[in-house]
Amino acid sequence: MNKPAFTTYDTAWCPGCGNYAILETLTGVLNQLATPPQQVVLVGGIGQAAKTNQYITANGFSGLHGRSLPAAAAIKIANNDLTVIVNTGDGDSYGEGGNHFLHNVRRNVDITHFVHDNQIYGLTKGQPSPTSDPCDPLHKAAACNMGETFNPMLVALAAGATFVARSFSGDKKHLAEMMIAAIKHPGYALVDILQPCVSFNKINTFAYYKQRVKPLDDRHDPTNKLAAIEKAMEFGDTIPIGILYQHAAPTYADKRPELFDHIPLVDKHVPQSAVEDLIKRYI
Amino acid sequence: MYNILLGGAAGDGIETMSAIFEKMLKQSGCHLFTIRDFMSRVRGGHNFTQIRFGNQPLHAHRDTLNGIFAIDETTYLEHQSRLSYDGFILCDESLVIDDFRAIKCPLKKTAANLGNPKVINSVATGALLKLFDIPLDHAASILKATLRADLVDVNLSAIKMGYDLLNTNYHQSPVETSEQLLLSGNTAIGLGAVAAGIRFYSAYPMSPSTSLLDFFNAQSSSMAIAVEQAEDEIAAINMAIGASYAGATAMTGTSGGGFSLMVEALGFAGIAEIPLVAVDVQRPGPATGFPTRTEQSDLQFVISASQGEFPRMVIALRDHADCFYQTARSLALAKKYQLPVILLSDQYLADSTTTVPIFDSSKIVRFDQSDAAVSATNDPPYQRYALTENGISPLAIPGKSPALVRVDSDEHDPWGKITESATVRNQMVNKRLIKLNALKEELIEPEFWGSHQCQLLLVGFGSTSGAIKEAVDILNQNENNYGALIFGDIYPLPTERLRHFATQVVEIINVEQNATGQLASLIREEALINCDHSILKYDGRQLSVDDILNGIKNLKGGF
Repeated sequence: MNKPAFTTYDTAWCPGCGNYAILETLTGVLNQLATPPQQVVLVGGIGQAAKTNQYITANGFSGLHGRSLPAAAAIKIANNDLTVIVNTGDGDSYGEGGNHFLHNVRRNVDITHFVHDNQIYGLTKGQPSPTSDPCDPLHKAAACNMGETFNPMLVALAAGATFVARSFSGDKKHLAEMMIAAIKHPGYALVDILQPCVSFNKINTFAYYKQRVKPLDDRHDPTNKLAAIEKAMEFGDTIPIGILYQHAAPTYADKRPELFDHIPLVDKHVPQSAVEDLIKRYI
Repeated sequence: MYNILLGGAAGDGIETMSAIFEKMLKQSGCHLFTIRDFMSRVRGGHNFTQIRFGNQPLHAHRDTLNGIFAIDETTYLEHQSRLSYDGFILCDESLVIDDFRAIKCPLKKTAANLGNPKVINSVATGALLKLFDIPLDHAASILKATLRADLVDVNLSAIKMGYDLLNTNYHQSPVETSEQLLLSGNTAIGLGAVAAGIRFYSAYPMSPSTSLLDFFNAQSSSMAIAVEQAEDEIAAINMAIGASYAGATAMTGTSGGGFSLMVEALGFAGIAEIPLVAVDVQRPGPATGFPTRTEQSDLQFVISASQGEFPRMVIALRDHADCFYQTARSLALAKKYQLPVILLSDQYLADSTTTVPIFDSSKIVRFDQSDAAVSATNDPPYQRYALTENGISPLAIPGKSPALVRVDSDEHDPWGKITESATVRNQMVNKRLIKLNALKEELIEPEFWGSHQCQLLLVGFGSTSGAIKEAVDILNQNENNYGALIFGDIYPLPTERLRHFATQVVEIINVEQNATGQLASLIREEALINCDHSILKYDGRQLSVDDILNGIKNLKGGF
């Protein structure tokens, strides 16, 4: 058997980390989709999840904390031939990068965003993230939100996302299905992947998620935005996983005349004569 | 040579009137230099444009006025002290202006008779053209190119009726201007970027850089430029970096406040060695400062912005030709040395319009991606940060070669992977910094202007160039003793020509549009040369030729 195109390297993650399952699943999905590694750019910000791109044999862009989405969007705009996938954490995506999250949903560039959501800050060792559970004044937890917990599914839907899904690192088959659907979706696709942080999150453990996650059944219509909003608001004894919402809409490139011809921007050249004509318009 | 001012409230149409009047002047054989002074508001207040024109090239504004067109009394009150004794004030007959220089005309009545009171400015334009003996030959075509189609005829009639209101009082022989462009500094930056093959521009609107974003938006589809109005300046610069990584010639632009937000990503471009050009069109700070006014106070900020140490280059744009040629050069240098290049402009240069010899795009030195962009291999694995003698690693483009290209904001090894090795850290810091050695070889020394036997040397940078040169010319008419060095390339600071003149002259005077003498500090730090006196201005209004002459006069007691 041939060596697969996408392989992995040693990681710097804690033993038992949910990131391993995500890395393994993503590598499998990339091999299954069979896009050459040279055509795949894996983008990350900063954090444990953001290191994912360091561990797969593809092009890699490790940017700044919170700023992976604008860079990823621009990579795709510059070269439409590339498959651009962001792997990064809940703090990077929803905290430091909150403004970019909101506006990249609106921008609808054809990129895929896998948020490794462990509801805690791991690399900085245990501070609450925007998605951490609310604090219970009677049972003080190390990492909980004094304010409202951020609901990324609901925010993405409100901002006009065209693909909103949730999955769980403990269900690799489901995760692989979500990843493939997200990568294939034309436009910005968000998959919020619940994963345990074995070192710091003692509340949202593997067992916690395992008990609660429940795949959406056939009765859920992913084209129904109101139904999606209802499912997005469920996060308690049951947590629905699956494609909450998917909607075909023009992507960024469909709205920009300079990108209409699908020729990668990086391959375009403007003739010297056109430049000179433009200059002469100011005579 | 004449100097006139058109003034009124925001919303009075002074900007449009000025644009038409300037084109009329240029087409009829005048050189001109126009500055725009406007308030950060959409209606009301007091705005003016000041148009200096004549039959030789002009590079700066002067204070003394030959004429004022006053839409309101405020314009007269604000500027009458600068009007020469034999100057004029053109205004409507209804204005309460008690001055023997006033030429009161039925501007409003004429406009009303044409059925559109808003064409009053075109009536005045016609009157001014007659006063200065400018023929109406080009009026129709200029109006067509400037105004909405349904407004052309009525404005043309207005200009013609205004023309009949006055007699000619000034005349100068026209010169050939068909090989001249008429444009603003920001437009010239945009054209320079287009000529250098820009494919991606991202920005967040911020005065006085916004017209650059507008320019690229207008040229987007015809010049194959993806233009993104980002959610903030942090996104704008990170997008430019992403696009550049993917192989697109990319640029971002802002003013000091936005640049403050870009600072972390500037260092990212530095450590990740991703070509990037960032334009800082300066305005007075700190914080919101004076949004629509001018200053050169970001110099020390941009040369040191961002944590850590990495190579960068800063070029101060001196005039409209620099805006074109140096923007193109900056994009080439950013690619050649794989580092961030910062262009320093300011509101004065950005918004002023002038006649300038037609830009020659064949003179632009492009840096096309090296062979590595497409010929890199992945066996053995491609090293994005290969250690080389001059520090420059072959740059591959993702998807364009078999190489896998990985870049990192963390300290990284030659393959672009995170490292914490002390040895590799030293290698990488050194590798990045030695790129400056080669870059320093191609720095452009400051332009020298004046008498080579000078005893008194003015030093300046950026947009004060025109005023400094004209002041030196005037000073040398009396005593041929003045010279000036005007820096374009400013960081790293080229010091050879400065050292040469420093040994010759008696006094060095730094002329800067800031309060603390930031160029003088840089010169002291880089060349161990002290400036003896300073002429500084920081009220948001550009240093004029007259400010420099007055500054010299005031210093003379101290020489």
